[in-house]
Amino acid sequence: MIERTPVLNALTHLILITGLVLVLLPFVIVLVAATKDLQGVNQVPMSLIPGRHLGENLAAAWDRADFGLKLVNSLVVAAGVTAGKIVLAALSAFSIVFFRYRARMLVFWLIFTTLMLPLEVRIVPTYAIAANALAPLQSVLDLTGLSDAVAWATDIQIHLEWNLLNSYTGLILPLIATATGTFLYRQFFLTVPDELLEASKMDGAGAMRFFVEILVPLSRTNMLALAAILFVYSWNQYLWPLLVTTDQSFSTAVMQLKRMIPTFQGGLPDWNVAMAATLIVMVPPLLVVALMQRWFVRGLIATEK
Amino acid sequence: MEKRAFFRNRTLAWLLIAPQLLLVVLFFYWPSAQALYWAFTLEQPWGGGNEWVGLENFRAIFQDAAYWGSIGISFAYAALATGIAMAGALVLALFVDRQLRGFRAYRSVFVWPYAIAAPAAAVAFRFIFAPESGMVGALNALWPGLWNPQINGVQALVMVVLCHAWIWIGYNFIFFLAGLQSIPRSLIEASAMDGSGALRRMLDIQLPLIAPTLFFLLVINLTGSFTDSFGIVDVMTEGGPARGTEVMVYKIYFDGFKGLDYSGAAAQSIVLMLLVMILTFVQFRWVERRVHYG
Repeated sequence: MIERTPVLNALTHLILITGLVLVLLPFVIVLVAATKDLQGVNQVPMSLIPGRHLGENLAAAWDRADFGLKLVNSLVVAAGVTAGKIVLAALSAFSIVFFRYRARMLVFWLIFTTLMLPLEVRIVPTYAIAANALAPLQSVLDLTGLSDAVAWATDIQIHLEWNLLNSYTGLILPLIATATGTFLYRQFFLTVPDELLEASKMDGAGAMRFFVEILVPLSRTNMLALAAILFVYSWNQYLWPLLVTTDQSFSTAVMQLKRMIPTFQGGLPDWNVAMAATLIVMVPPLLVVALMQRWFVRGLIATEK
Repeated sequence: MEKRAFFRNRTLAWLLIAPQLLLVVLFFYWPSAQALYWAFTLEQPWGGGNEWVGLENFRAIFQDAAYWGSIGISFAYAALATGIAMAGALVLALFVDRQLRGFRAYRSVFVWPYAIAAPAAAVAFRFIFAPESGMVGALNALWPGLWNPQINGVQALVMVVLCHAWIWIGYNFIFFLAGLQSIPRSLIEASAMDGSGALRRMLDIQLPLIAPTLFFLLVINLTGSFTDSFGIVDVMTEGGPARGTEVMVYKIYFDGFKGLDYSGAAAQSIVLMLLVMILTFVQFRWVERRVHYG
């Protein structure tokens, strides 16, 4: 805009710099506090000049939170959710957009409705499912009298059980069961010109060949965008992992943070170690957002609208 | 929107959609149906299945003063967090969109908070607001006893709301900026030629034109404050002091998993589900129709 507005420009810079300070301050405080020793972090008021104890605080946090294992767990969950959703969503959107069958719209709405209720509001029953994923089948058998019939005929009581608690499957599957990715792919597939499909049909390509050789390469941008937001989303999960893992060997890095909060018993609170742990947990998703910002922003906007 | 060309292989179509459909039924529809069933039944203390109790569970939770308290706190939390996060992000986006020097740097940094897990931000904010530490706690050195969210419920609520709002500023900023950038530049240039200043253009042109984004974000923020509050509240206050920050999601978790009152928690889940569904419905119906600017 060619306009001379010196006062407004100064105001603009002032507002943006204030915003920058407010947005960055928590990051700076975490970083600075993680470099201090016990005395330094408990100084009132705390100075923002970094100390020299970053290494030892990180090591202490790493040990105490057992990050060696927990970060691997977080990574497995994040990779599982990301890969699983990218594949499943692509397949289901392919089916919805490029095939004709009677229940197609019904199926689309069944999947699409899941956008309405996030996992947090239905934790109690979802937890029960994770405790026994075959419970629905059992109920169906019981209701239809099939299990009674089998019990009468063969003397075998049918008792189906598939426990997902304390397993990667239990951590990952319920997080995949939403429509985010499906919707994104659907929107994109609808913009793929009909001529492409007609041409590949003429060349004798079947459905799967069209999918693998035409659609997947075309969707690369969408996949990257989806991968960026899904990684951040699943890395940051808290409530669900908290519920399905009672066994420490399956807990994730984010879950460890709460137990790093210092208590008052026994001298000064060691916030420096807690901040070092926070730093370790916040870096991976921050890197994804900072480095893949274009994809991240595109993914967010495309999935939500 | 229908495709002119398509495949006819029905078996393949079902095979392709089966995995997703199975997951959705298993982890969405079945649990939701089960929540309904539990909300209207009561588990027998010595086993032997559930007994149908009709609206008894709902009557019980609505007669519980603590439940009304958690509703009140959730609404206060939602209003404050949404207000701060949206107003803050809107101002930042409007000024970044002026594209003065350095706007690219601002544009990327303002997104960062959204990358942070709620519990991680909560640990950081708990430290910042800890009465004994040297950040906000430094106020206590000047006026002893002024700041202590561990015993003052209002201060505790302010603290969790600020943490929530900080994260969501990143989210809202992305959408506001995208909305602003989709406004044709020529519109703004035309009004500049008509002599309107930058602030006037913000109020009279840019704001009305991003009204759809505004309403979309309003709904998403409100829904988000009902669901995302769990991690923040659990890490910062555990619902305390004296239930001062016990939001609805936290109470469901606490009653269901610590108190093992599944029927009560299921009834609360149903209420929360209805709330979130109404919000989403409003977004789809009312907002789409009312907010229309060509």
